[in-house]
Amino acid sequence: MASDTAAEITNSAYRPARPRVRVGPWAISWLEVSPLAIILVVLFAAPTVLFFVISFFDYDRVGIYPAFLWDNYRELLTTPATWRIYVSSLRFAVIVWAITLFVGFNIAHFLVFHIRSSTTRMVLFMLCAVPFWTSAIIRTIAWIPFLGRNGAFNTMLIDLHIVHQPLEFLLFSDFAVVITYVHLYTLLMIGPIANSLSKIDKSLLEAARDAGASRWQIMRNIIIPLGRTGITLGSILVFTQVMGDYFVVKRMSGGQSASIVSALSTEIQAMQYPPASASAVVLVLFVAFLVAGMMRIVDVRKELVS
Amino acid sequence: MAREREPRPYTFYLLAGLMGLFLLFLYGPMLVIYVLSFQGPNGGVTFPMVGVSTQWFANIIKPGQVANIPASFERSIVLAIVVSLLTVVISVAAGLGFRRRFPGAGLLFYIAIASLVMPSLLVGFGIGLGFQMLGLPQGLYTSTLGAQLTWTLPFGLLTMFAVVARFNRSYEEAARDLGASAWQRLRYITIPLLLPGIIGVAVGAFTLSYDEYARTTLTIGSYNTLPLELYALVSSDSTPTLFAIGTVTTAVSFVLIGLTMFAVIRMQRRRRMLPT
Repeated sequence: MASDTAAEITNSAYRPARPRVRVGPWAISWLEVSPLAIILVVLFAAPTVLFFVISFFDYDRVGIYPAFLWDNYRELLTTPATWRIYVSSLRFAVIVWAITLFVGFNIAHFLVFHIRSSTTRMVLFMLCAVPFWTSAIIRTIAWIPFLGRNGAFNTMLIDLHIVHQPLEFLLFSDFAVVITYVHLYTLLMIGPIANSLSKIDKSLLEAARDAGASRWQIMRNIIIPLGRTGITLGSILVFTQVMGDYFVVKRMSGGQSASIVSALSTEIQAMQYPPASASAVVLVLFVAFLVAGMMRIVDVRKELVS
Repeated sequence: MAREREPRPYTFYLLAGLMGLFLLFLYGPMLVIYVLSFQGPNGGVTFPMVGVSTQWFANIIKPGQVANIPASFERSIVLAIVVSLLTVVISVAAGLGFRRRFPGAGLLFYIAIASLVMPSLLVGFGIGLGFQMLGLPQGLYTSTLGAQLTWTLPFGLLTMFAVVARFNRSYEEAARDLGASAWQRLRYITIPLLLPGIIGVAVGAFTLSYDEYARTTLTIGSYNTLPLELYALVSSDSTPTLFAIGTVTTAVSFVLIGLTMFAVIRMQRRRRMLPT
């Protein structure tokens, strides 16, 4: 970082400095962001580079040896199980994303534009947020007595004479996995979208209404475009949470399938660090492409910082 | 209070219905575990209820063979407080720093986003590898704290962006024109105005840290945090103790939120009474 400083100083000389500030204003900013920068570089960037390097190493049952081999990647990418796991995770991510986006957007819209009293809004938002304080592990297994064969839901359906036999597909199935994800992550969608929508100037909507815009036109031409930062941010959070899931699939799918990360953790527990690193790198690249794609649609940075 | 009341559009009722269904969905399974946490001594983790007891609540405070809930709870709380304080100080400073353009701002922003979206277990994996390579022992306040900060700091930064975007800089400029020093501006203008957001960052970081599993599991030292103990319990023990923990957590959350809302509403009322 230090070597960059000289170049940065010459750069900043071309910027008009404000008269009352003696030091370049960016110097104060650097001071203010430096703790964040140092922590992220040491604890996030450096470890990432480390497992990138190790992914090329050789290994046996005793240890790992510095090398430059593509074998770990070749093995990983030629195993059909890898592709199966990626396809199934991606499928879960898309389904969960669509559901949480629909529910999250509509609830955020309801809270911001339809609730008139700020106290009611706060109470409703808190009601959505309270389950978040309970451990995700407990919230995951909470579905087991609800969806099980003799669970609350089946009992209710039978008592209401909707079905005669308990439904079997509810628990330990893809259905259970999706339900659990939606339960865990919808708040990640509501929060950012509500934040974006609450910044929209209400007089814009009135002006549009006075000019004769229909409800749908207001939604399509004003609310969705102005709420896109929140929509993107929420989508990124939900997508990456599902792709990085560790125990929901393991617990709720009934053991037929693993998630990318739980498969990876098996390798880590077996101390096979180089192949584990290789699959880590592949997953990181995959997530990075997805996120970069979403950020191309909306320049989150420009909208957040400005 | 004589505000003109427009009639509610039909979409209001549709969305209110959706909101109701969502709350039902959110609390339905939770209600089931609240009920099951009062399961009788011979009952299991599913229906039917076999009598009623509070034994599973008593089990929480008894150090068991699989998990020591009280000790790990204490560790998790203290760690969450430390994470929360560090996150507040560091992300408020950074949030203020990002108000100006500075060289490297874009890079730092993308590193923060990357750190947020990185699959959690991989962050722990990388940090764990790093500690092994350097021959450092892993510990709660070294590797675990670090791993959790890579998650709470970007979250705090994004929250600060949302807060700072609504912040009117003319207050600071007015204070400067009136001769306030940089420290006075920060202490009497910036921080009080940003306070609701700062509290949001603190509560958010506390929650994320308290419930962190995937980043913690590969960076933990000799002593487990609460989520790790819970995970061990899920895999080994099938008693309603976990449900009892869920019930207690929810009850405590409601009490804390109730108190906070009470305080916020009183603060708003007092502000409204001040002459403007």
